[in-house]
Amino acid sequence: MGLRLILDGLAKSYPGRPVFSGISAEIEQRKRLVITGPNGSGKSTLVRIICGFVRPTKGRVTFEIEDQELAPLEIRPHIGLVSPDLVLYDELTAFENLTFFAGVAGLHFSIDELSVRLDRVGLHKRGRDLVGSYSSGMKQRLKYCLALLRDPKLLLLDEPTANLDDEGKSLIGDIIESHNGVLVMATNEQTELRYGDEIIRLDQ
Amino acid sequence: METKLSGSISKSFAVFLKDIKSELRTRYAINAILLFAIVTVFAVSFALAKTGGKIEIILQASLLWIVIYFSSLSGLAQSFIKEEESRTAVALRLYSPAGPVFGGKLIFNLVLLAVMNLITIPLFSVFLSLEIANYPLFLSVILLGSLGMVGTTTLVAAIISKASVKGALFAVLSFPLLLPVLMMAISGTRKALTPGISFSAAGMELQVLASYLIVMTVLGFLLFDSVWND
Repeated sequence: MGLRLILDGLAKSYPGRPVFSGISAEIEQRKRLVITGPNGSGKSTLVRIICGFVRPTKGRVTFEIEDQELAPLEIRPHIGLVSPDLVLYDELTAFENLTFFAGVAGLHFSIDELSVRLDRVGLHKRGRDLVGSYSSGMKQRLKYCLALLRDPKLLLLDEPTANLDDEGKSLIGDIIESHNGVLVMATNEQTELRYGDEIIRLDQ
Repeated sequence: METKLSGSISKSFAVFLKDIKSELRTRYAINAILLFAIVTVFAVSFALAKTGGKIEIILQASLLWIVIYFSSLSGLAQSFIKEEESRTAVALRLYSPAGPVFGGKLIFNLVLLAVMNLITIPLFSVFLSLEIANYPLFLSVILLGSLGMVGTTTLVAAIISKASVKGALFAVLSFPLLLPVLMMAISGTRKALTPGISFSAAGMELQVLASYLIVMTVLGFLLFDSVWND
């Protein structure tokens, strides 16, 4: 089932400070939207609006699956999010984090299945370590593992290669290239603009 | 096949187990609660030392619930505040429906308050010469009062967790909501401490506590969705 993301005239402003306005786009299945702009231009805010965590001042975000519009909360089970806003439990291990989030999402994975998924992001040897002992790059890899846990139709990436080494960046490149759903990426890395089928440039 | 209800119960249990595991590793809430409870019991017992431990029953009942109330305020909000402050709430919102989050946090707070009561009440009994005349009534009042308190504070904790002045706001919002529980719990405890009073004599207090518990728990589940997702 194909997902369609429609951004219709989105605007966001805080008291006395407009952030952005007039953002419209229509992204089909297997297409990628890249949002770029300088620091403070509202990239992360736009990702939060698409995710449903922040309300736009104007305009609306619509999700359609097979031409059926989804209610705002109905899209959440289809979202995979990698963002500095999303933090995993430091006091739990990687396995415990993944098992917990899979459990509350109504999914069940064996340790072997989770090991395969951790292996994909290069963390299988550290699955039983507390996340608090991870480096920032390893935490970023674990966020990808969680984001892909339920094969999301909408993958939202905010600063997708933050804290990653070259091998990590290449791994994320593979994940982006192979994603079958809609992908939205907020970045100010010029090299990552090549992933976009459509690019939104936000100015400060 | 998993029904919606059994699915919600198992998700609530997953949230509860995660909170217990986190709490055992970080002791984020239990230390605050126990420290406050023990210090308060000792402070009250020292302050009343000149009375030779003989104080009026109504004063004993009031002091017991004051200790339970303020100790619970120091810790019961922590499970939600910690999710917001450590920014794990974003992932929780994304992966879990609202109901199981409230259910899991409710059970966790209940266990936390039960542990606190198991330590505080025996200490209080020893240091303030608490003589319980009617054990079934005493335990019923403690159980219903604690459950009512947990149902209310869990919802208030979710409301205040995004605010900047959490502690003050939690106390300010909780007190008027918990006033009926405190009044009935103090009255019921007084009857349980008074010799010669039967279980049925506290029927009104138990009915109010039970009704309050049901209303606040149902309201909590109904309102939490808006509180959590807005």
